[in-house]
Amino acid sequence: MTVPVRVEARDVSLAFGRNTVLRDIGVTVEPGEFFALLGPSGCGKSTLLRLIAGFNRAQRGAILIDGEDVTAVPPWKRNVGMVFQSYALWPHMTVGENVAFGLEERRLPRAQVRERTARALDLVGLAEFSARRPGQLSGGQQQRVALARTLAIEPRVLLLDEPLSNLDARLRTHMRRELVVMQKKLGITTIFVTHDQEEAMTTADRIAVMHQGIIQQVGAPTELYDNPVNRFVAEFVGTINLVPARASGGSVSSALGTVDLSGVAGTRAGAVEIAFRPHSILLSAAPGDDARHWLGATVAEREFLGEFIRYRVRVADLELIADQPHTLGDPGFVPGARVHAGIDPTQLRLIAA
Amino acid sequence: MPRFGLAITAVALAIAAFLVVFLIVPVVTVVWVAFSNPEGGFTLSHFAGFFSLSLMRESFGNSLYVAAMAVLFSTIVAVPLAYFTVRFQFRGAILIQTLGVLPLIMPAFVGAAALQLLFGRSGSVNLLLGEWFDFSVPVMDGLNGVVFVETLHYFPFILMNLSVALNGIDTSMEEAAQNLGSSGWRLFRRIVFPLALPGYLAGASLVFIKVFDDLGTPLVLNVTNMLAPQAYLRVTSIGLEDPIGYVICFILVGFSVAAMAGSAMFLRGRDFATLQRGATSLLRRELRPWQSALAYLWIGALLLLVLSPHLGVLLLSFSKVWSYSVLPDVYTLDNYATVFQDSTRMIWNTFVYCGAAALIDVVIGTAIAYLVLRTRLPGRQLLDHMATVALAMPGVVLGIGYLRTFREVELPFTGTMLTSSWLIFVLAYSVRRLPYALRACTAALQQVHVSLEEAAQNLGAPRARTVWRVMVPLMMGGILAGFVTSFVTAAVEISETILLTSRESLAPMSYGIYLYMQSIAGRGPGAALGVIAVVVVALGTYASHRIVASRQAHNIARRAA
Repeated sequence: MTVPVRVEARDVSLAFGRNTVLRDIGVTVEPGEFFALLGPSGCGKSTLLRLIAGFNRAQRGAILIDGEDVTAVPPWKRNVGMVFQSYALWPHMTVGENVAFGLEERRLPRAQVRERTARALDLVGLAEFSARRPGQLSGGQQQRVALARTLAIEPRVLLLDEPLSNLDARLRTHMRRELVVMQKKLGITTIFVTHDQEEAMTTADRIAVMHQGIIQQVGAPTELYDNPVNRFVAEFVGTINLVPARASGGSVSSALGTVDLSGVAGTRAGAVEIAFRPHSILLSAAPGDDARHWLGATVAEREFLGEFIRYRVRVADLELIADQPHTLGDPGFVPGARVHAGIDPTQLRLIAA
Repeated sequence: MPRFGLAITAVALAIAAFLVVFLIVPVVTVVWVAFSNPEGGFTLSHFAGFFSLSLMRESFGNSLYVAAMAVLFSTIVAVPLAYFTVRFQFRGAILIQTLGVLPLIMPAFVGAAALQLLFGRSGSVNLLLGEWFDFSVPVMDGLNGVVFVETLHYFPFILMNLSVALNGIDTSMEEAAQNLGSSGWRLFRRIVFPLALPGYLAGASLVFIKVFDDLGTPLVLNVTNMLAPQAYLRVTSIGLEDPIGYVICFILVGFSVAAMAGSAMFLRGRDFATLQRGATSLLRRELRPWQSALAYLWIGALLLLVLSPHLGVLLLSFSKVWSYSVLPDVYTLDNYATVFQDSTRMIWNTFVYCGAAALIDVVIGTAIAYLVLRTRLPGRQLLDHMATVALAMPGVVLGIGYLRTFREVELPFTGTMLTSSWLIFVLAYSVRRLPYALRACTAALQQVHVSLEEAAQNLGAPRARTVWRVMVPLMMGGILAGFVTSFVTAAVEISETILLTSRESLAPMSYGIYLYMQSIAGRGPGAALGVIAVVVVALGTYASHRIVASRQAHNIARRAA
């Protein structure tokens, strides 16, 4: 297997006509890392991936692979493997011919082409499907063929463009675990584009959240979840309650009252937003201990989600989301019920308003 | 889905009877005669007779040669053009689209005479070349001429089919190959062209069949050592009893069916659905200025060549004398006067025959579309297949088949024979052009959602009322387009027309053009009549494009509302 390489985008900007798609993108993917580009559709994540593959040309900036500037290198000379969202399997070739294609284009000896094709198909568990046509395979199998076709050329970098989006929900969770296992086994630097935050968080070592052509935050999944730098990241990664507030000194005042947050607020002053996850609120029939900040609340709606019940509760003029673990025999609260909501102050974060 | 009742069954049986009597029986009769001895038993002696004649062997070879060369040259012209349109950002794309339509509105046999005058041994181009360089190009000599005329006329079939196929290829198909290290010519050869192969094959097999079966062009160019002209000459000179003519017909049918079935079989089992939802077609590249200039030059030259039959016919129609000179010596309107004086009958005949045939086509087309898409009647697909078979049937074969099958059939109450009445044209045209109307009607009905009809039935409209008040009005765009297509293609039909014209008073315009073109003096009026035919075809084609386009716009607007 090839030695893992570093991929770097340096101050990359790209526009299609007047429409700016990428703005001063600077990001480094470490050797062997499983890296996700996460964002809503149109955020530029696929464009950045295609830039790395060589299908787009940036107006400014450079793409470096293993320290080498590949900005002017055409796609067919980059040795960067890409799995397309549509799989892009050629219907006029068999599975085996699809996988052998890249090796043939590299003018490898026939015996070697045969051996590496077999090895790649074996890797994805489709050795016996070599003579089939792509159209005769299921969606999941087609995806494995696409992966085998890309891995057969032993690329320096593996690019995955929404590889799981065409699969049904159960297959998707299965395939994403397989992808992680395979990536760790091969140790290949992998960049994964997705709009699904759960997919990104469960697979990637690190994630870059993108919005409107700008990288909003780069970090490990827990870091993004626990310490989002702005409103967009906070809302895109998981569900969150945001409460407008004013900070001065160490204390923060809002419709929830005044809380001492010297730990996270630092010397921040002025308009901020308090951010906390739905499970940081405990709903109770009677107020509990002093470790929480208790407020009177009314249940507005409830959604049963299995592991937990998601309540929308009205507190002062605010509507907050509160997730309560569901246990056997616990009837929970009904809409209209008057309850007490206890917010855990250690779980509060501040972001710029 | 409504169940089938008595009325539905009756309609289906009537259509089946029509197709059997006027399509299947004549073709089967031709084949049967080719294989039977005077006592009615099976024999191969007619085939032995055919192959023992050196003229027949030569004609067979020539027809194959001409058809193959026409496919080859059409490919050389059309493939780069088609690739060009999908590959490059180019303002001239509209020119290329024009290239794809212009030849088809000019019947090949009409253009043939004009091309003779422009490119013939003593035509304009060779006169100029001879004058300047003492040199000539023999493009119009003998079989070359047929290949040249047919290529100029039929290459659009490959151009259009291939363009559609190329446009349907998803970008990611190409990008995946680039990602795996493929580029340039290898990328085209291994990925792009194979993916577009269905379109190419559809076009190429159509060109082969059309050229192999064509009667008008070789006759106008005075090339008789080919199969279709020989079939015509045998039947008209020796008579309907001569078995060799039927052997030729069998070969024509055999090759047509084989070409269509062959391309279908070649593609069967292969999944070519390459266009995915939300997919984009191939990446378009910008041309550099010098490349752009070169492209315009090339396309301009081609456009000039493609337009040369049109220009030639137009010039010829206004010329008093045009012979051994680069351009006509004297211009006149006399030819049009002659045509309107002598041939109004023919123009009138064309409108009556083709109008009636197109009407039959859309009625049957709508009925078959309804039976196939809206009922579960057993065997309904068979009607569709039967009607579509007409596509592969050469006009010469159907013409001879009609003459033979209906030779003793008298029309009731009139005392005239069917084969010497105007009705035979209507029947022949309607059967041969039915596939066009059927495709248009089927496409139109597919656009109409079943629930629209179910809503009418739910509100109390019986099936016949539903068809009349809801389905037909919603299909009207497609029905009109089908009518126009059938009409204009029938108006320039020549193979059946030549065979079925028993006397001049019955002849349609296309026969008139052919007749005029037989003599030097008649070329002027022939060209004038040709111009009129081209104008009719062009207006019809434009009208059907407009109808289809406006219906689409209408549908989109309705969906958006």
